[in-house]
Amino acid sequence: MSARGPLRVVGQSVPRVDGVEKVTGRARYVGDLTLPGMAHARLLRSPYPHARLARIDVGRARALGGVYAVITGADLTWCDPYFGPAFRDRPIVAIDVARYEGEPVAAVAAVDDLTAAEALDLIDVEYEELPAVTTLEEALAPGAPLVHTTAPLAGHFADLSTLKARPGTNICHQFHYERGRGAAGLAEADLVVEDTYRFPRVQHYSMEPHAALAAWDETGALTVWASTQNPYSVRVELAKMFGMSQSQIRIIVPHLGGGFGGKTYAKLEPVTAALARVAGRPVRLAASAEDAFRTVRRCDARVTMRVGFRRDGRLLAVECRADFDVGAYADIGPRVVQKATYTATGPYRVPHVRLDSSAVYTNTTPGGAFRGFGVPQLAWALESLVDVAADRLGADPVELRRQNLLAHGEEFAPGDTPIDGKFEESLNQASEAIGWTQATPSDRGKGVAAMLKASIAPSVSEALVRMHADGSVTVLVSTVEMGQGARTVMAQIAAEVLAVPVSRVTVAQPDTSVTPYDQTTSSSRSTTLMGRAVQEAAEDVCAQLLAAAAPHLGVTVAELTVDDGAVVGHDRRLPYPEVLVQRFGMAGGELIGRGVVATGRSAAPLGGSTPFWEMAVGAAEVSVDEETGAVSVEKYVSVADVGRAINPLQCETQDAGAVLQGLGHTLLEEMVYEGGQLLNPNLVD
Amino acid sequence: MPAHALLLDVLRDRLDLKGAKRSCDMQVCGACTVLVDGMAVSSCTYLAVEADGRDVLTVEGLADGERLDPLQQAFLDHGAVQCGFCTAGMLLMAKALLDENPSPTRDDVVRYLRGSLCRCTGYVKIVDAIVATAAREASPA
Repeated sequence: MSARGPLRVVGQSVPRVDGVEKVTGRARYVGDLTLPGMAHARLLRSPYPHARLARIDVGRARALGGVYAVITGADLTWCDPYFGPAFRDRPIVAIDVARYEGEPVAAVAAVDDLTAAEALDLIDVEYEELPAVTTLEEALAPGAPLVHTTAPLAGHFADLSTLKARPGTNICHQFHYERGRGAAGLAEADLVVEDTYRFPRVQHYSMEPHAALAAWDETGALTVWASTQNPYSVRVELAKMFGMSQSQIRIIVPHLGGGFGGKTYAKLEPVTAALARVAGRPVRLAASAEDAFRTVRRCDARVTMRVGFRRDGRLLAVECRADFDVGAYADIGPRVVQKATYTATGPYRVPHVRLDSSAVYTNTTPGGAFRGFGVPQLAWALESLVDVAADRLGADPVELRRQNLLAHGEEFAPGDTPIDGKFEESLNQASEAIGWTQATPSDRGKGVAAMLKASIAPSVSEALVRMHADGSVTVLVSTVEMGQGARTVMAQIAAEVLAVPVSRVTVAQPDTSVTPYDQTTSSSRSTTLMGRAVQEAAEDVCAQLLAAAAPHLGVTVAELTVDDGAVVGHDRRLPYPEVLVQRFGMAGGELIGRGVVATGRSAAPLGGSTPFWEMAVGAAEVSVDEETGAVSVEKYVSVADVGRAINPLQCETQDAGAVLQGLGHTLLEEMVYEGGQLLNPNLVD
Repeated sequence: MPAHALLLDVLRDRLDLKGAKRSCDMQVCGACTVLVDGMAVSSCTYLAVEADGRDVLTVEGLADGERLDPLQQAFLDHGAVQCGFCTAGMLLMAKALLDENPSPTRDDVVRYLRGSLCRCTGYVKIVDAIVATAAREASPA
């Protein structure tokens, strides 16, 4: 793009392309959609954290007027009822055993929501309570009751096929990584600091709870409007569960009311699709906020870390032992565990490393992806210990970090992408902005922290860009707009390459029968990877424009370029609509460009090299009430090294939102369990 | 319409006004906020019959045709919109505030919005947008 001079649209904070529909209330989310004859679904949930389902009597519920379908685990003989990206360990509704308080044990579809609720009351379930494990300690104790008694089936995703459960325990995956002399490196340290850190269970609380609307058509094909961050992952799961070709399944994603990882991989789609099949009509399941707390959460963790330093402050070795609680079903928990553990050493140069972690089943809400993907759990431990070490070494915490930061271009781990940002600049900016060297009143304190995160690898994104007869443009991508502004960014990139105003570009909603493959909208990958695919697709269209215009203008393609909606060269210009007429011989037809980004596998420790590193530094000034101990954040500075910002305002707002979510975790939020019961599945408690 | 019908359900299901959203369903998050005779209420816990004969303003009624309300425009200009799920409730709460107090301080805005949750923006831009709207209304260009 730069070959054609300064950027015009990329780098500008253009207004959101979906802004007007959102401020006028016209934007549609899954829960806003209706279809003729649509039934409403509700789920009956287990009141026990672990129980055998001795008997479920749905006779009275089925007989209730207005009830179209009632599903229990015993009814699911017509499909493969298990799903899950890491292991297929999660049934559509509980089969024989309920493994957490709140697990669906039956599902109902009825003419309206009230009738569905009434039907739930008519379902009679006889539970036989089983001993439960609801904390990491209980789950890892010798002889602990097992959440799953049989080996879980391999999940739907090939890149997770290496996951290994430890039979006879609640450990569903273990990760080990070593470099240098491993933990032995600690022996050479002048100072070893060690502690154990706990990270609580927290919920994403997307303002929009999960929702799905499923409809089977007369050809036997299935369409699901889903509140999902990755329609293609949902599609592959449904295809296997219902024995269908992927082409027969259409996942459409309208606006998403926030995701934060909680809407990655299948959640409510399997049960909604199953209900629609049995009911013989479209079914919508719009979860409540309380349901969301029983659908997915962040993995809580217990992290024990030992960090060794030389007297001069050089970081020498890190040993980490982390247990992550993935709840009753693994979801993507095992990948969270291994990917986060891999970067447990943060943004620092550490010669000797030994990292071990486990994903542990407990009888609680499944733990999955959540913004940061396991990294906050570990960064909390490491950064705390760096501060302890600074104190012991008599070093300044900022200086100690600066001394050990990985430099631009330096290797993080053999075979992986070298560090592609400048941590030191971020640290300098953050410490300056917080006034690190200035005196602080006695009731106040300052702190800094740094973090490093890998994006998902291998990574695949494909895009199509269509230029229509009037020169307007449609971008087809499966990147989900969930608030981050992806549609705006994709429109900017296409507008830049094709030299048209952003207003001439429409970004289609994800629809697996229309928009091409994308792995996932998560891992901070969309702008970089899908953005690149859109750029390539637009460049493809551009090349076709030049090729079509060249003969008409009597020049070679090399002499042409695009500018302001026209092909130009040799003081002549041919507006796009006329180029298309040249190409097709009439005012019809369209140019279609394709862009594919596939990073492929590599020799990096996790099997793929991260396409980029996520790097951030935070600095806070807090005050503490000396009588109550209450902490209040007086100032917070966040520096994210994002490279070139396509839309700086959107970057800023994204980061501000992330900071507040992190502060919530740190100071306010926790899902509290007592005796296996979730006590606060809402906003009040 | 049954006597127990909630205003939110009547708006969304009977009148097809989907702008107000159901989120916490317990009068805490503000996503369902609408104005009844100018007063902000949580329509998820407000009986529709209570609104009988009264003036109900939803987000759909904020703009004058295609001309956006100054608050709507300010939310766009300041980047106060992300996923959009809280936006309708935020806008109406902000309108109630400005109707009540045309020149609020930042602290006033923050206090007034304590019952309006947003999980995307971190609130800063929302407060910016409301304060800027108040300032512009106070001294029209």
